[in-house]
Amino acid sequence: MHIDLRTVAIKPVRQTFDHIARRFGDKPASRYQEGTYDLQQTDIFHYRPLWEPELQLFDTRRTKVQMKDWYALKDPRQFYYGAYTIARARQQEAAESNFEMIEERGLAESIPADLKQIALDVLVPMRHAEWGGNMGNSFISAYGYGTAITQPCLYHAMDHLAVAQYLTHIGLVLNGPEALDTAKEAWMNSALWQPLRRHVENVLVVQDWFEIFVAQNLVLEGLSYPLFYDYLDSEFSANGGTVISMMTRFMAEWASETSKWVDAQIKVAAAESPENKALISNWVKQYRTSVLEALTPLVHRSFGDKADSVFAEVTDQFNARCTKLGLAI
Amino acid sequence: MSTVFIAFQTNDDTRPIVESILADNPHAVLDEQPAMVKINAEGSLVIKRESIEERIGRSFDLQELQINLITISGHLDEDDDQFSLSWKN
Repeated sequence: MHIDLRTVAIKPVRQTFDHIARRFGDKPASRYQEGTYDLQQTDIFHYRPLWEPELQLFDTRRTKVQMKDWYALKDPRQFYYGAYTIARARQQEAAESNFEMIEERGLAESIPADLKQIALDVLVPMRHAEWGGNMGNSFISAYGYGTAITQPCLYHAMDHLAVAQYLTHIGLVLNGPEALDTAKEAWMNSALWQPLRRHVENVLVVQDWFEIFVAQNLVLEGLSYPLFYDYLDSEFSANGGTVISMMTRFMAEWASETSKWVDAQIKVAAAESPENKALISNWVKQYRTSVLEALTPLVHRSFGDKADSVFAEVTDQFNARCTKLGLAI
Repeated sequence: MSTVFIAFQTNDDTRPIVESILADNPHAVLDEQPAMVKINAEGSLVIKRESIEERIGRSFDLQELQINLITISGHLDEDDDQFSLSWKN
């Protein structure tokens, strides 16, 4: 018997979901597109929430920022659940192996006492501020509108928990469990931390979710992360505290990755309309003042006599970043 | 002039790569076959790291192309930023 092998090309009836095809045309869509676009429920809600009867369960009016298409706020990293967890698992593994090595070899002993004290005083209590970041971003993913922004905000919220855990771990490595009690005490009572605690607690009660996004993700993170995980980190490395840099590696990496995402959101929202631009610019101005005030004592504690020049440099970089995003600040 | 070509397996990883090749090389012709995409181009074909990164939203090492690469034809000139095929006599 003779058999002829031949290939048959079978055209799929449809390449993707209809709602994705309506946006991008009928071609194979990426996982990110399928897991993001037009997933937000828009109609047929059962009843209005008792606690806010003037609004629908999901309502675009929960922020003053308005967009014609909420899916314009897309994530340049294209994180959907799979991509996000894979990326973070990889980073987690690297971070864990750093901690492991430090603990196994007792490397923390080699940190000069003054640097160790700075890390204990400035980095460890930041875990409480990170919890504020978690709450803010969870609020956005609960009350925000459009999966394009609510999805990465939930990832961002979880990342804040991760950072808080790494800071906790740093405390444990440097000074055992008592470091955490000292840090909590400092957060609650020390004059060093009260301005920042006030800022974080003020943001906890903000109702407008885009305002939280600006206050937390753009302003607070935009100013504090470069200070602590870039400038302070260089100080540590330069003076024999490389071990601390090893433990804050995730934060530095994470900040540069997420700032690209934050930039993309602000840029698109501000370019949408002059009203949005004015609104966001005013929020930046408002929160910049309070964040700068909140960070001042911490910067002085961290950098000593270099404090003013470092602070000015970071503020300038932040202002340049905002201007580049199309804000008038 | 003769034709250079490159062929990839058809999958989620190569879709953005093919898309960026077609965008960067307007003269290229797409030939979709079962489980394989072949891109033919007169003279030369260039693959740019930057345009792939733009589409996938992460950094990309051009060597990752090899994972799904089936075959190429042409003289290869490769560096960190681009991968180009041409016939240089």
